[in-house]
Amino acid sequence: MEVAHARGGERVSAVLRGFHGGVRVPRSKEALQGAGSRSAALPPLLIYPLQAHVGTPARPVVDVGRKVCRGELLAVPSSYVSQAIHAGTSGIIVEIAERAVIHPGGITDTCIVLQADGEDRRLEPAPPLDLGRATPEALLARIAEAGIVGMGGAGFPSHVKLCEGLSNAVRLLIINAVECEPYIACDDCMIRERAADVVLGARILMQALAASQCVIALEDDMQLAWDALSSCDLAGAQIVRVPAIYPAGGEKQLIRMITGAEVPAHGLPIDAGVVMHNAATAAAVADAVVRGLPMTERLLTVAGAVRTPANLRVRIGTPIAHLLDGCGRSAADARVIAGGPMMGTRLIDESVPVVKTTNCVLRLPAGSEQPAVPCIRCGDCVEVCPAQLQPQALYEVARAGDWDGVRELHLFDCIECGACAYVCPSRLPLVHYYRHAKSEIEALELEQRRAAELRSRYDARLRRLAQAGGAAAGLEGQVEPDAGEGPAPAPAPDRATMQAEIAAAIARAKARRAAYTPPAAGGDGDGTR
Amino acid sequence: MQRDAETVISSPHIHSGASVGGVMRRVLMALLPGVIVSVWFLGPGVLLQIAIATLAALAAEAAMLSVRGLAMRPFLFDGTAAVAGVLLGLAMPPLAPWWLGTLAAVFAMVVVKHAYGGVGHNLFNPAMAGYALLLVCFPFAMKAWPVPGAAVWTADVLGAVFPVDGSRVDAVSGATALSFVRDGLQGMKMLSELRPAEAAGLAAGGAAWVNAAFLGGGLVLLAAGVIRWQIPAGFLAGLIAVSLLLHLGDAQRHASPLFHLMNGATMLGAFFIATDPVSSPVTPRGRLVFGLLAGAVVVLIRRFGQYPDGVAFAVLLMNAAAPLIDRYTRPRVYGERDGR
Amino acid sequence: MSVVIAMAVLAVGALGAARILIATASPLRGSHDVALRIDRLLPQTQCGRCLYAGCRPYAEAIARGEARINQCPPGGAATIRRLARLLGVEPLALNPRHGTEVPASVVVIDEETCIGCTKCIQACPVDAILGAARQMHTVIAADCTGCELCIPPCPVDCIAVVPAPAATHAWRWPTPAEASG
Repeated sequence: MEVAHARGGERVSAVLRGFHGGVRVPRSKEALQGAGSRSAALPPLLIYPLQAHVGTPARPVVDVGRKVCRGELLAVPSSYVSQAIHAGTSGIIVEIAERAVIHPGGITDTCIVLQADGEDRRLEPAPPLDLGRATPEALLARIAEAGIVGMGGAGFPSHVKLCEGLSNAVRLLIINAVECEPYIACDDCMIRERAADVVLGARILMQALAASQCVIALEDDMQLAWDALSSCDLAGAQIVRVPAIYPAGGEKQLIRMITGAEVPAHGLPIDAGVVMHNAATAAAVADAVVRGLPMTERLLTVAGAVRTPANLRVRIGTPIAHLLDGCGRSAADARVIAGGPMMGTRLIDESVPVVKTTNCVLRLPAGSEQPAVPCIRCGDCVEVCPAQLQPQALYEVARAGDWDGVRELHLFDCIECGACAYVCPSRLPLVHYYRHAKSEIEALELEQRRAAELRSRYDARLRRLAQAGGAAAGLEGQVEPDAGEGPAPAPAPDRATMQAEIAAAIARAKARRAAYTPPAAGGDGDGTR
Repeated sequence: MQRDAETVISSPHIHSGASVGGVMRRVLMALLPGVIVSVWFLGPGVLLQIAIATLAALAAEAAMLSVRGLAMRPFLFDGTAAVAGVLLGLAMPPLAPWWLGTLAAVFAMVVVKHAYGGVGHNLFNPAMAGYALLLVCFPFAMKAWPVPGAAVWTADVLGAVFPVDGSRVDAVSGATALSFVRDGLQGMKMLSELRPAEAAGLAAGGAAWVNAAFLGGGLVLLAAGVIRWQIPAGFLAGLIAVSLLLHLGDAQRHASPLFHLMNGATMLGAFFIATDPVSSPVTPRGRLVFGLLAGAVVVLIRRFGQYPDGVAFAVLLMNAAAPLIDRYTRPRVYGERDGR
Repeated sequence: MSVVIAMAVLAVGALGAARILIATASPLRGSHDVALRIDRLLPQTQCGRCLYAGCRPYAEAIARGEARINQCPPGGAATIRRLARLLGVEPLALNPRHGTEVPASVVVIDEETCIGCTKCIQACPVDAILGAARQMHTVIAADCTGCELCIPPCPVDCIAVVPAPAATHAWRWPTPAEASG
């Protein structure tokens, strides 16, 4: 099949295309698709990890002991791809320390910890921007200041996406409200309650992008959300309903369906002429631009083995255990997952905080774990893979540790959607193998880049020594001029003073060593003694 | 990092519930109509052969699992050995002595399956490899198919299958339609001279009915999503294409596609044997190629070979080519410009 | 007699064929870029524990067939495995004479004790120490290979070995339990 490549996506395809593969998963969200949202109770502590999923960690601008109001800036972006963090309630900064964060390995990271004072005072909102006059630059600045990141996927800072889209003259904006993962219904709920804000946010995003077209994508079972959007003044935006096949909400799959074009391998949506934002992100943009409110809250679904599944309005930074306490745990033995059951992160520690990308907290009852058996090459994984990979072949080479082999089979085009492992009759942990292989390869590449850097430094030194040696033969003591800050032989102003100084220093060192035994060094006995 | 291996678990956290055992159970169910019709035409010997081959396959599987120190529960009852046993039993002449089926089943499990690493690792279809062994070693016993009719129900089946004192019961055996036509054509006879006999063999043999029953079961498998359309469609298309070409070239010397479709193990092969996932290609295009070539080879062996049917050797030949086919039919990856 | 001649001819032929096989089995031997390709697999710590002046000299020694592939403690088992694959030989265990495999480390200079003698700067194979005569020196942690060559020359013993700072992407997905079980 011939597929239009780069920049083909500027036009919305007249007919909805399909995407390869995909799998029908149980929706498990029917009850929440009609229910309203409610606010979660304010927790005593809010925790803000500085490191987001992508980019560099934010830089704190508050100290321990500082009193803050809701909406006050806690940390600023440290680079182009980084995010601002705002206080979710009024209170006092009690700690900037290592805390457990949402991570498959249960690692800790530096977090700002805010103790709520219960008053929930709000900082005066920033003045609204006049949409009639606001330039894209002003809108981008406001979106960046509000700390808005993609609320559906990897949490890429929204202003960076817009900025790249603007400089690449992207014309099509897609608002993604396709919640293809089971259980999750928070975007559906948000659209039903705030359809006008979503449409307003989409308009602002179009203005910030200077885009000419906007598509809002829903799933075909989101009837009430569709009704709510249809009753708004869409101002040229188009609503598209896509079939509820997992992973229809994947960025690459949705672009393929709507435009018929594919995002090139190792490329970004802008390479297909598209910028995509989550529907919740659009609503947050409306809050930031016309109400002056930074991102301190989000809607998320709490579902699974809880007494009262709900779509909750949750302050960013709320510990997940607090949400589960609020909803009530209904089965003793359950796995807690941040995100959906297909791609979410299984938590080792429930005390980790909700971050801007957390769209779901799921308690899955511990099922009967069946052992994995060898692959029978049934090919079901090939049928469902939306990236059109060969999961079973990738599994074989990844298991064998053949990193060249996995690259040849395009491992890095894998979106880790989990469709292959979901259908695998042998119950192989396929995605786990892909992630393992990816992280090993990335570590290896890092190591190789460092080795190359060290090699060039070593070579540079050898060259310099060779030149210095040649020069020394003619003119003793003279150092080669472009030696830079290198090892210039120390000019000895006064030999006696020098020796005295060294003797004194050695004596000092001896005294220090007598008083204190340093911890065992990492090296072997060879060079240290 | 030791701790990680137990606590770090990757998504997805839910599963469709599919299992190898489930797949194989559905295959066994889909074989039922064909088995029933075979019994109707060829007598209770069919059931006896299936029972012998299946029991032998399970016993050999259990023995190999215990020798290799593997767990019994997940592997012995995953249905793979049972499916191989049933397919082998269906391939056996109904009145063959018991040790033939036993030998084939043990060879299939021990040499073809476990010597290559067990389930999922065998290069060749175990049932067909076992059958091929018998064809090569005991060609006459394997050609002795009963002439269908009431006699199959009155014959001393037990006496034939479990012979004592070297007694042989071969009163009811005769050539199948496939063998009869092939031998006739290779003997430079014209098809028109054979036609009445062929027609009689067809009708009496019930081969068309047996094939229809396996076709029905196969379509159920297809509808249930247990197998994909590429291999059966390719197999039948290849079979029809080659037989049609030959038939159009000289209708007197080559049987029609219809004859090939309705005789021998055509439908069993297309839907149940060639579709064995382990020994066939994985890529959709590869499966189509695999099926087409296998179907074509079946006709060539039937017409020009010496064996009663060509399905087993065609499938084994293509099994050997499966890794190569997979390599050259990799699908184009999303966003990549070429398929490699 | 003719049997003996036939056997002799066959034996000579077989030996000749064996020689050809041996000669072609290791296509890397003698080719010019072998040392470079070996060097690319070495960790570039330039520590000299292999008893050569640096990674490149060690790579050249391996290429000449003088050194064995198990003399690099910083690279450890992983490097030996890669070298073995490149050269088509069996992996060996690390030779303990050259040291043991330990976690990556860097050195730090106790800036209070340092007298600015520049001896460590001259010893550093990758120019990772910054300083000038009679000025305080410091180690650029990102460029330090942990080779410890700066430690013996230091007259005041102000250089200590510490674990290397964890890289940002230090966490890796472990091998699935299914594989180890």
